[in-house]
Amino acid sequence: MTRTLRNALLGAAFGLALTAGSAGAATIKVGVVAPFSGPFALVGKTFKEAIEVYQAEHGKTVGNDTVEFVYKDLDQANPAQSKALSQELIVKEKVGYLAGYFFTPDALAVAPLIDEANIPCVIFNAATSAITEKSPRYVRTSFTLWQNTVPLAEYMAKQGIKKVVTAVSDYGPGIDGETAFKATFEKNGGTVVDTIRMPLKSNDFAPFMQRIKDAGAEAIYAFLPAGPTTLAFAKSFSDNGLKAAGIKFFGPGDITQEPDLPALGDAALGITTTFNYSRVHDSAMNKAFLAKHKEMFGSTDTVTFTSVGAYDGAHVIYQMIKNTGGKSDGAKAVESVKGMSWESPRGPLTIDPNSRHVTQTIYLRTVEPVDGKLENVEKAAFANQPDYGYKVGK
Amino acid sequence: METIFGIAVDGIAYGMILFIISVGLSVTLGLMRVVNLAHGAFAMVGGYVASYAAQAAGLPYAAALVVAVVLTVVATLPLERLLYRRIYGSANELNQVLLTIGLTFVIVAGVNYLFGPTLKRIPLPDLLLGTVSLGPKAIPAHRAFVIGAGALTLLGLWWLLERTDFGIRLRAAVDDPAMAAALGIRTERLYLATFALGTGLAALGGVLGAELLPLEPYYAIRYIVLFLAVVAVGGAGSIFGSAAAALALGIVDTAGKYLIPNFGEFFFYAALILILFRWPHGFFKGRTA
Repeated sequence: MTRTLRNALLGAAFGLALTAGSAGAATIKVGVVAPFSGPFALVGKTFKEAIEVYQAEHGKTVGNDTVEFVYKDLDQANPAQSKALSQELIVKEKVGYLAGYFFTPDALAVAPLIDEANIPCVIFNAATSAITEKSPRYVRTSFTLWQNTVPLAEYMAKQGIKKVVTAVSDYGPGIDGETAFKATFEKNGGTVVDTIRMPLKSNDFAPFMQRIKDAGAEAIYAFLPAGPTTLAFAKSFSDNGLKAAGIKFFGPGDITQEPDLPALGDAALGITTTFNYSRVHDSAMNKAFLAKHKEMFGSTDTVTFTSVGAYDGAHVIYQMIKNTGGKSDGAKAVESVKGMSWESPRGPLTIDPNSRHVTQTIYLRTVEPVDGKLENVEKAAFANQPDYGYKVGK
Repeated sequence: METIFGIAVDGIAYGMILFIISVGLSVTLGLMRVVNLAHGAFAMVGGYVASYAAQAAGLPYAAALVVAVVLTVVATLPLERLLYRRIYGSANELNQVLLTIGLTFVIVAGVNYLFGPTLKRIPLPDLLLGTVSLGPKAIPAHRAFVIGAGALTLLGLWWLLERTDFGIRLRAAVDDPAMAAALGIRTERLYLATFALGTGLAALGGVLGAELLPLEPYYAIRYIVLFLAVVAVGGAGSIFGSAAAALALGIVDTAGKYLIPNFGEFFFYAALILILFRWPHGFFKGRTA
């Protein structure tokens, strides 16, 4: 008994000595939860590469503190696992910041944790508007469906398009997109003649194409999660003669994400989308980002929206560390970046003090060949777009 | 009227694609009684070989198709010798499931490592682009081609299994391996040949179906339920049963999605339940081919 007690005391004393010794120049850990294996492994890869590019450009230290990123693999949408991994990061790795999160449910699951541990959580992707309402310690550097859809619907109405069919995947973000489109487009004088919600696991899209044709629409607004279904949908659209019939294809930019474009091929030509980042965005900063990426990883083929989400997320975390002088205080760190503005490879960004989501320029792009490669070529820009979906319907 | 015609055409086209990607499983599961969950993985390997042959090696579509089928068969034959041979027979069902699902994971990881997680495509020749019109309805030329290929496969398999010595011997070997061996049939070779037939058809389906089921490393797991559904409804081992099942499921699914899209996959699975409730062993149980 006494021996156990003595060992415990010794251990505690030793532990204290260790923490005291490292107080001068500490290592601040940032836990990144994202898919690094499985069907969405590409997302984790883009996150990690973008963070490494950021660290190569800005150094690994802020003041006296070294910033170290710790990665945890969460291969699919799994809120329970997300919570367990994040808890492990907080308790075992003693991270001062959480980041990453590709899927909405995974991001939502950590709200009670970050509040209890008083740790900021910087979301690199998860795009449902409601997330940042759930905890004051969330900051998001990606986009929301509302943010991309509202300017698109306004643009389509201005082009004189009157009749549109919406075709979305039947899950949270799809329904967000449909709601945002319908509300904005009808306010601007258009009519949504049919709303189609397609099962997430659809293989054959011919029946939906027939329905779109029969509805007599001039254009479609489509949203599907990036991946094999998007490819089948876009192919089906051109194969079933809808493209030839002059029906126009609009949607948020997820559907034409850069890594999928080579596989989409000619079926992607002419698809018009709105999004926060295109790889061919014409700015010195984006060119420098791509050049550094190419230098470090040999290719920029996978650079896409998740890359800038993580790049800017890393920037926000660096600023938080600088503003708090390396002390761990989540509420203060988040407070210190509210209203912060900076220039990113995608354009100017500001963190909206209310929604803690980035207000940014949304670009209208069309898929066109550039030097023999398909790219999202920017046609117009809509500056200062906030998250229109924040506290909508409340 | 036009709506019904449209649904019928799209339904048959989808059904034929379902048939061509699952008929290989009907051969291994039905005729050889091996629950081959690696069927999707073999189909995926075929698709990746065709994609590589067409894009990196620059072969024309037809040549890429042949190369894919041949290479997939050649690559999987050692698996028959080393692994599958040990798990033949209906007493080994659990072993079959465990072995083939494990094999699937290995192939998924291998393909992911070699080709990366992005989508791959098999470029189509100009002849198969564009549309073919059937009265008031237009369908993609590629689908018309798959319908033709499916019909040919159906006839070819029927002829092979019902009208040739090979078919007679195979059916004998499956029904009573001991007796067939006693009569001098070399069952090992027969099984090897049938396994090759099954994987060859899997590869063919992987290539022809790639427009509908795009190639990515998780193909092998993503679509296995679809393949199993077609074989279960059709009755294991019945080629005509698989065709009938694929067409029925294709038409029901298309009609459901066209008329009430919000119900999603409901009609597909409802049809599956009802058919299996009425015919627990599938449409054509007890009759070969």
